[in-house]
Amino acid sequence: MIQHIVLYPILIQVFIAILLLFCWSRVHWQKVISVVGSFLSLGIAIILFITTWNEGTLTVQAGGWDAPFGISFVSDTFAATLILLTAISGLAVSVFSVGTILPARLKFGYLPIFHFLLLGLNGAFLTGDIFNLYVWFEVIIISSFVLITIGGEKAQLEGALKYFTLNIFASMIFLTAVAVLYGITGSLNMADLSIKVAAIENRGLVEVSAVLFLIGFGIKSALFPLYFWLPASYHTPPPAVSAIFGGLLTKVGVYAIIRVFTLIFVGDVFLENIILTLAGFTLVSGALGALVQNNIVKIFSYLIICHIGYMILGLGLVSELAIAGAVFYLIHDIIVKTNLFMVSGLIYRIKGTFSMRDLGGLYAKYPLLSLLMAIPFFSLVGIPPLSGFWPKLALITESFKMSNYWLIAAVLFATFITFYLIAKIWSEVFWKEGKVLPKLYNFRYFDKLKLEKKVQIVAPIIFLAFVSLFIGFGAEYIQQLALRVANELTNNQHYVQSVLGKQMIAN
Amino acid sequence: MEFILAILIGIFYASGLYMMLRRSLVKLIIGLILIGNGANLLIFLLGRITKGLPPIIPGESPVFLKAYADPIPQALILTAIVISFGLQSFAIVLVKRAYSVVKTDDLDQMNSTDQFS
Repeated sequence: MIQHIVLYPILIQVFIAILLLFCWSRVHWQKVISVVGSFLSLGIAIILFITTWNEGTLTVQAGGWDAPFGISFVSDTFAATLILLTAISGLAVSVFSVGTILPARLKFGYLPIFHFLLLGLNGAFLTGDIFNLYVWFEVIIISSFVLITIGGEKAQLEGALKYFTLNIFASMIFLTAVAVLYGITGSLNMADLSIKVAAIENRGLVEVSAVLFLIGFGIKSALFPLYFWLPASYHTPPPAVSAIFGGLLTKVGVYAIIRVFTLIFVGDVFLENIILTLAGFTLVSGALGALVQNNIVKIFSYLIICHIGYMILGLGLVSELAIAGAVFYLIHDIIVKTNLFMVSGLIYRIKGTFSMRDLGGLYAKYPLLSLLMAIPFFSLVGIPPLSGFWPKLALITESFKMSNYWLIAAVLFATFITFYLIAKIWSEVFWKEGKVLPKLYNFRYFDKLKLEKKVQIVAPIIFLAFVSLFIGFGAEYIQQLALRVANELTNNQHYVQSVLGKQMIAN
Repeated sequence: MEFILAILIGIFYASGLYMMLRRSLVKLIIGLILIGNGANLLIFLLGRITKGLPPIIPGESPVFLKAYADPIPQALILTAIVISFGLQSFAIVLVKRAYSVVKTDDLDQMNSTDQFS
């Protein structure tokens, strides 16, 4: 049964997390299990990706109940790609956590919760049932609440309150949307919904449900008027936690938006205009927010918001090439954002502060490390051969075709501000002459660490930098992948057929 | 019945939102609980309310003979209740902890993470 491979990414994370719970107080064992488990899960993700690439969409019906009645797990190219990216960043952050998270935090179950978070992410990407998606979202947010509060510092608790309130609120709106959708169609299976929603005559209720989904997922993915929880909370936890949050948590919201609006609510001009407007404002307001910050982690937090705009923009333009651009950007963004937060962790380890005013002189002291850190910085802007360039090219071309000139202006503005910010960080943190900072008491600076710890901090950054370089220089392959994903998303009969089987469609 | 439930759900959502917009932390949690209950009732209502017709197929027949009560919304509500129970208990502990560390329960005072540094 080759199909059962769809469930393995979920099962392996459950297995690792439970194994880790048994080693509660043996921190050393936990570290080994977490890293080995992350390697295994990367292996499984690669196998799943290759199988999906060769065989087409794979489907498993949980418990053997046929499609619209049971819960389906579906691995199409989009889901398999995101599983692969989750496994890559999961591995990097797992190693980085082992190197940087304080033993006191590890003793309170940091690593098991981290793997429960990855479990939730894998589940959310693979599920083909809208209520099951809600359950996976809850798994994700409960684990993220624990990760953001673990340690219990004042700033962490304040940030967690804001994060917590808005995420629960988003879940409630999501649940309301599911309720309305169930009320009008009587189904929860996304493939089945795709057929049933298209046949409904009362478009008003469908639109209500669609807008509720957009708000619910919009809060989770930090869209324009709904993003204020993000910069208030993402800089408070340790950098390893910010890395997995910044890399994957907002992207799972984007994934859900793309999935729901290409499969269930299709071809509604009103919604497409709303999405485009939100995308434009997200690009501009995120960029403006980042402009005035001094804390580098806060700058990165605002840049997350700003760059969410590109993906939503691609979705709003609807055409296949634009969606391919959005998917390409998603692939690039997950890797780069994870890496940026890990880089900020490394900078903090070296200097003991996040403030741009106090930082400086890194290039003189660590030229090779600076060169390494330059890779994610310049990929983020998209200096041509690096990874951020190609998807923006596709997005701008498509906006031109639709003659949406103000959207092109927003894209260029956001790109320009990102470029300005990276140049500013580069000159302030790396080139400016370093100040002599007061030594922090009881803080282990990077140059005092043992070689083992240094490797654990730098190796994941090197790994993700190489992945970024591959995305940039192997853009041809990634573009092929993105085009195939976009093709599957725009022609959704294929997805529906593989979930429901051929007979169900004929009836 | 549907009409009363619809009004009740509206009241749940409205009062929940109102409570969330207050400045007190405890009211914030009460607001979240109210909205959660409103959402659960909404699922219950939208699954169509059918009285006294359990979804059981009679022995000799292969299919349902009459209209029947849809069991899925009840399963969904049960799941949602369990999840929101977990979230609410976490919320209460978090608020208590935040209160003892930050020493205020006024949301307007909890703004140190939004300030420039």
